[in-house]
Amino acid sequence: MNSPTITDMERRPTEWQGVEMQKRIKRRYASERRFKALGLAAILMSAGFLAFLLIVMMSNGFRGFTQTELPLEIDFPAATGGASASQFEGQNGLANMQSMGLQDIVNNSIEIQYGADGKDLFSSGGWTAVGSEILNNPDMVEQKTIIYLPVDAALDVAYKSDGNEEAEARVEQLGDQLSTGFNWNFLISSDATDPMQVGIWGALKGSLITMFITLLLAFPVGVLAALYLEEYAPKNRITDLIEVSINNLAAVPSIIFGLLGLAVFLNLFGLPRSAALVGGLTLALMTMPVIVISGRNAVKSVPPSIREAALGIGASPLQVVFHHVLPLALPGILTGTIIGMARALGETAPLLMIGMRAFIATPPDGVTAPATVLPVQIFLWSDEVNRGFVEKTSAAIIVLLLFLLTMNALAIYLRNRFETRW
Amino acid sequence: MTSTTLLLLVFGMGAIAWFFGRLKAAGLRSAASSPKRALHSLPNYHGWYVALWAIIPALLFVTVWNIVSPSLITEAALTSPAAQQLPQEGFARGTILSEARSIAYGNQSNAFNPLSRTMVGPYEEAISYYQTIGALAALLLVFACGAFAWLRIKPDLRARTKIERVTMMALLIASLIAIVTTVGIFLSLVFETARFFSMVSPIDFLFGTEWNPKAVAGPRGETGFGAIPLFWGTVFIGAIIAMIVAIPLGLMSAVYLTQYAPPRFRAWMKPILEVLAGVPTVVYGYFAALTVAPALRDFAVSIGIAGASSESALAAGLVMGIMIIPFVSSMADDSIAAVPSAMRDGSLAMGATKSETIKKVLIPAALPGVVGGVLLAVSRAIGETMIVVMAAGLAANMTANPFSSVTTVTTQIVKLLTGDQEFDSPKTLAAFALGLVLFIVTLLLNLIALRVVKKYREAYE
Repeated sequence: MNSPTITDMERRPTEWQGVEMQKRIKRRYASERRFKALGLAAILMSAGFLAFLLIVMMSNGFRGFTQTELPLEIDFPAATGGASASQFEGQNGLANMQSMGLQDIVNNSIEIQYGADGKDLFSSGGWTAVGSEILNNPDMVEQKTIIYLPVDAALDVAYKSDGNEEAEARVEQLGDQLSTGFNWNFLISSDATDPMQVGIWGALKGSLITMFITLLLAFPVGVLAALYLEEYAPKNRITDLIEVSINNLAAVPSIIFGLLGLAVFLNLFGLPRSAALVGGLTLALMTMPVIVISGRNAVKSVPPSIREAALGIGASPLQVVFHHVLPLALPGILTGTIIGMARALGETAPLLMIGMRAFIATPPDGVTAPATVLPVQIFLWSDEVNRGFVEKTSAAIIVLLLFLLTMNALAIYLRNRFETRW
Repeated sequence: MTSTTLLLLVFGMGAIAWFFGRLKAAGLRSAASSPKRALHSLPNYHGWYVALWAIIPALLFVTVWNIVSPSLITEAALTSPAAQQLPQEGFARGTILSEARSIAYGNQSNAFNPLSRTMVGPYEEAISYYQTIGALAALLLVFACGAFAWLRIKPDLRARTKIERVTMMALLIASLIAIVTTVGIFLSLVFETARFFSMVSPIDFLFGTEWNPKAVAGPRGETGFGAIPLFWGTVFIGAIIAMIVAIPLGLMSAVYLTQYAPPRFRAWMKPILEVLAGVPTVVYGYFAALTVAPALRDFAVSIGIAGASSESALAAGLVMGIMIIPFVSSMADDSIAAVPSAMRDGSLAMGATKSETIKKVLIPAALPGVVGGVLLAVSRAIGETMIVVMAAGLAANMTANPFSSVTTVTTQIVKLLTGDQEFDSPKTLAAFALGLVLFIVTLLLNLIALRVVKKYREAYE
C-alpha cells in the first residue's frame, strides 16, 4: 500500500477497522482501565488504612479488658480472729476493713501460699480488690475463701503476649494456676500508677461533665446565632463581620482555642486549672461555629412558603421563626450539633493547654474539680513506659471510638428519620 | 447559701412570676366585655413579661455582686482581730490570705501556715455575711421587679412587642459572641506576643535558625528562639509529606466515587471515608507512634538510611495524610460535581473515553476548586497537634530526610506550655508568639482558599 498523501487522508474517512486505529483504541481502553483501577486502588487503600487502624486497636485493646489472675486462699477466721459478716455490711464496711488490717491479712496469705517473694507476683493494689469482694459478699469473711487477684503488670503482659525473660519464666513456672478474668476494675476506677489498677471511669466522667457544659453553652448560642443570621440579620457591615468570624472560627486550629482558654479563662478570669468548667467553655467556643453553620443550612432548607403562610395568617416575624421554622429545622440542627459534639469529645490539644492533663486518681465530683477527659487520658497513658499501659491505652481508645460511633450513628439516624426533603 | 441554690431560687421565683402574670392576663381576657377592652397580646406573653422582669435584673445584680463581693469579704476579714497578727506587707501576707480564702470556700481542706488557720474563721464569717446579704437583695429584687411588672399588666400593655424586642436582643448577642471570640483570640495572642517580643527580638524569632528555648539568655545574648526549624518542620510534615499522601489518594477516590462507582458502592464507601475524618487525632497519634513509626524505622535501617529515628517526620506526615484524605476527597467531589455537565457530555460525545474526559476536561475545569480544597487541607494539617506531638519528636532539625525527627509549631506550643509554668518567662510567652504565627497563617490560607473557591463557583453559575 502506498503511503497516503495529506490530501488523501483528509478526503478518506477514518478507517475504524484498520490495524492502526484498532491498536490506538486498544491503547486508549487500556489506559481507561488503568485509570479506573487506580481510582479503585486509591479508595480501597484509604479504606484499608482505616481497617488496619481499627484492627490494630482492637487486637491490642481487647486484651485491656481482661486481666490475668492468680487464686489466693485466705483463711479469714484465722486471720481476723473470727470477724463476723455483719461488721462489713453497709456504710462502715470499708473503715472496719482498714482497721482490721486487710492489707496485712492479704499479704500474709500470699506469703503462706506463694512464699516470701510471692508479693511480687501480685499487683500492688490487689488487696483493694479483696476489699470490694468482701463488701459485695460479707459472708465470705466467716470461712476460708479463694479469691482471684490480679497479678503483677509484667506478669500480665508475659501471660497475654510476650514479656521480659524473668516474667516469662515465672509464667512458665506458675503454669495452669494463671487464668484470665474480665477486668471490671477498668470500667469503674480511675487513673493509677499501676497499669493493673487503672480504669477509665474517672476520665469518662470528666468527659461527660465537660460535654454537658459544652452542650449547655454552645447549643443555645449556636441556634440563636443561626436563626439571627439566616432570618433577621440586615445586610450590613456588622453582619458581614459576624459571618467572617464564624467561618474563620470553624477553621482555626483547635490548639489556638486552648491558648485562648489559657490566656482568658485561667489567667484573666482566674478560673481553676484542670476544671471541667474551663474545658467545657473552651470546647463550647470551638463547637459553636459548627452548630451555627449546620444550623444555618437547616434553617435555609425550610421553604419560604411556610414563612409566608405563617405571616399571612398574622404571625409576627418572631412567631414565624420560633413556632414554624425552628421546629422544622430542628432535626438538621440536632444532626449538626451531634457531629460538633463528637468532634469536641475527641479533642485533646486545647484541653492540654488548660491543664487537664493532671494525674487524677478520683473521678471529678463537680464542674470546678480537677478532671481529665478520655482523649487526654489516652494521651497520658500512651506516654507511660510500663508495657502494661499499651493495651490499656488501646482499650480506652476502643471505648472512645464506641462513643463517637454511637453519636455519629445517632446523627445519621436523626437525619434519615426526621429530615424532610421539601 | 451557695450561688447555685440562689440561681435555682431566682429561676424558681421566675417560674412563679410567669404563672401569676399569665393568670392575671387570662383573667383580664375572659373579663373583657367589648372588643375595645380586648388584650393586646396572648396571656402567655404577659407571663413571660413578668418572668423576665423578675429574673433579668436579679441576674444582673448577682453577676455584679459576684464581682464586687470578694473584695468586700477580704476587707471585712482584715478588720477582724486575727488579722492583726498578719505580716504587714508583701508576698507572705498574700499567700496566707489566699490560703485562708480557699479553705473558707472549701476548695482546700488543710492549711500549711498556722496563721492562715486563724484567718479561716473571720473569712467564713465574712463570706456567710455577704452571701446572705447578696441572696436577700437578689430575692428582694426578684420580688419587687416581678410585682412591678405584674401591676403593669393591663389590656393595652404591648407584652408581645416587648418580649420580642428582648428576644431579638438575645439573638443579636448570641451572634456577636462569634466576633467576641475572634477578637478575644486575636487580642490574647497579640498581647502575650508583644510581651514576648519585649524580651526577644522579632527578627531573631522569625529568622533565627537555632531553636533551643531557655528561660535566660546565653552568654552571647543568644536566646535559642529561632523558629525557622519549627516552620520548616511544620511545612515538611503538614504541607509536603501529608499532601503527597492525601492529594493523590483523595483526588483519585473522589474521581472514582463520582465518575465510576456504582451507586451502592458509593453509598457504602463515602461514609467509610468520612469515618477517617471522624477518628480523634489522639488515636491517629497513638497509631503513628505505636505502629507506623517503629515499622518505618526498621524499614529505614534495613535499607541502610542513616539517622533513622523512631520519631520520624514520615510517620507523622503519613498518618496525617491519611487523616486529610476525606477532606481533600470531599472538596474535590464538590468541585467536580460543580463542573457543568455540558462540558462532560461534550467531551464524551466527541468520542473521548471517560478517563480522557476526566483528565483533560473535568479536572482542569475543577482545578481552582481542587486547589482551594488543598489549601484548606494544608491549613488543617499545619494546625494539627496530637499526631505530631505523639509521633514527630522534639528535636528541632532542619533536614529534608523524612526518616529523621523534626519538630513542629504545634508540638512546641504543647511542650512549652505543659512544663513548669511561670507566666512571665519567655518560654511560655514564646508559645503565644508561635500561636499567633499559626493563627495568621491558617487565617490567610483559609481566606485565599475561600476566595479561590468562590471565584470558581461564580465562573460556572
